[in-house]
Amino acid sequence: MTEMTYLQAISDGLRTEMRRDKRVFVIGEDVGVYGGAFKVTLGFQEEFGPWRVIDAPLAETAIVGGATGAAIMGLRPVAEMQFSDFVSCAWDHLVTIAAKQHWRAGTPIPIVLRLPSGGGFSGGPFHSQNPESSFAHIPGLKCVCPATPEDAKGLLISAIEDPNPVLFFEHKHLYRRIKAEVPEGRYTTPIGKARLYQEGTDVSVITWGAMVYTAEEAAQQLGDVSVEIVDLRSVMPWDKAAVLESVRKTSKVLVLHEDTRTGGFGAEIAATIAEEAFEDLDAPVKRIAAPDTPVPFSPPLEKAFIPQVEDVAAGLRELAEY
Amino acid sequence: MAIAREAEPVGSLHEVKEAGLDREDLLGIYRNMLITRGVEERGHILYKQGKIPGSFYTGRGNEAASVGVATAMGPDDVGTPLHRDMGVHITRGVEPWKIFAQFMGRIDGPARGRDGNVHMADQNLGLIAMVSHLPAMLPVATGCALAFRIREEPRVALGWFGEGASARGDVHECMTLAGTRKLPIVYVCDNNQWAYSTPTYLEYATEHVADRAQAYGFEGVVVDGTDVLAVYREAKRAVEKARAGGGPTLLECLTLRMEGHAVHDDAFYVPKVMFERWAESDPVERYRSWLRTNAEMTDDEEGSIGEQVKALLNEALRRADESPLPEADDLTDGVYATPEELETPHHK
Repeated sequence: MTEMTYLQAISDGLRTEMRRDKRVFVIGEDVGVYGGAFKVTLGFQEEFGPWRVIDAPLAETAIVGGATGAAIMGLRPVAEMQFSDFVSCAWDHLVTIAAKQHWRAGTPIPIVLRLPSGGGFSGGPFHSQNPESSFAHIPGLKCVCPATPEDAKGLLISAIEDPNPVLFFEHKHLYRRIKAEVPEGRYTTPIGKARLYQEGTDVSVITWGAMVYTAEEAAQQLGDVSVEIVDLRSVMPWDKAAVLESVRKTSKVLVLHEDTRTGGFGAEIAATIAEEAFEDLDAPVKRIAAPDTPVPFSPPLEKAFIPQVEDVAAGLRELAEY
Repeated sequence: MAIAREAEPVGSLHEVKEAGLDREDLLGIYRNMLITRGVEERGHILYKQGKIPGSFYTGRGNEAASVGVATAMGPDDVGTPLHRDMGVHITRGVEPWKIFAQFMGRIDGPARGRDGNVHMADQNLGLIAMVSHLPAMLPVATGCALAFRIREEPRVALGWFGEGASARGDVHECMTLAGTRKLPIVYVCDNNQWAYSTPTYLEYATEHVADRAQAYGFEGVVVDGTDVLAVYREAKRAVEKARAGGGPTLLECLTLRMEGHAVHDDAFYVPKVMFERWAESDPVERYRSWLRTNAEMTDDEEGSIGEQVKALLNEALRRADESPLPEADDLTDGVYATPEELETPHHK
């Protein structure tokens, strides 16, 4: 085990796969000479050369459509969107082509899109979004949202190995803030399996990404309530069994995400719990999410937008006392 | 003023031989053009018989462009043909009965009823299935060329688009990437002069679409898309240039849309005189007459090719009609690929 930041773990996972499998290559804006806007691929071009770490023009459709073509030809592209917000420019290539090609034409599209996402540092409306629910709605795509360094590395390797288009949402606010032990060498973390981040008996929190830590801090504030935290790790496919198991255990559930509320993936989870575990509930399912606005820039506005520890603590308290 | 090179027509048999085609090849091209037209004509009949769900599109008038370019492809080259490019599928060897099955939404169509029209491709023949968002296929073709460059393989990708699609940003983005990286790709623009009801002067402001190539740092060529041999010659040059490391070419084929956008469209907006002019430059008739004059195609040869094609298509229709409609119980299968599907030589 080595202690690594979340960002170092992503680099380590990517480097591990590129050393093992020469089909894997990286393409994106500023990923080569500059090492990526967040330095995830720092030093990669020196090690792997300019044709495996490709500096693309500012052209998301060429990057994602190009990755799709290269994948059909047998390569394993890992394309970086500089910010997950910019994936909107490549919607067609992801949603119209990559997501549907296997179902309608039998062609697997093994591509990974690395998507630095999330807010918390005044990135404003175009550098802070969490668009995972938009893509989780598209049949054929997989959406992975790791919270810990260990999962970030293992899930990235799984994503590269996966025969489908995988969107890898890496939370920018975790990049350098979160540091933990990461296994050395190659390992995979299965896509679609949740992890019990924290065991508890009174209330379940179902969440992913940076909100795992918000939930953890909120739980610590409530000394007298035993909180269970289920880290989904991926929202498509998502671990329904693990969620239902936790709901049946605690009978009270808070669904928490940083994305906006209406039509957010939390709505799907809440609806599933209502359909399949209604009799096990002792309280209505509660959702905490961002309000239905773009992500604001100024610190007090952004603080009001992103669910805070106090908001989650209050929600947990409300459920515990229900 | 045109910036792109305007290609000369092909004249004599001698010139054609220099371009690498022997007499057998020439008759093969004629046969492929006849099959292409025949598949679409019979598709029209199937549509009128109510056997084709949804709408139906043809590439009537585009046979020389599609067959000419596909004839110039090497066996390991790949491409992303669109809905006016039936000739590419035929030339690469897709069996007509599977195309009819595709039209009718049957289980033996390449898309097994999950998609219709020419939204199909046989990847073993180097073709990738198109989507309706036509220009979105060009970045995919560019990605194929990128893979060839990364692996240093002597292979070429061909990406098709229409002059209508040329307005989309995808085209600009992938040509920028291909130009900067000198990728082995040929962009083929089938300029059939109408994007649904929109005429060319409302689609682009240059003289030719191919004039844009200069802005991306590669060559633009305009060729008469009703002259199959000229198309072949220019496509061959472009393909071999790309293979040799010379980078991309934008090849614009000036072609025709002898019918409406799709079966439901009577094309009232196309001036009548234009249809009359198109009828006079029908690419199939033009080539037939060239073969008679320049390659001594005999009555027997012409008759025999026509009969063979007719028999092929009749048998194809019969076989396609026997193909069952898909069962709905596997509708949700295959949304995701399985790891075993990557255990192919292609993906190893």
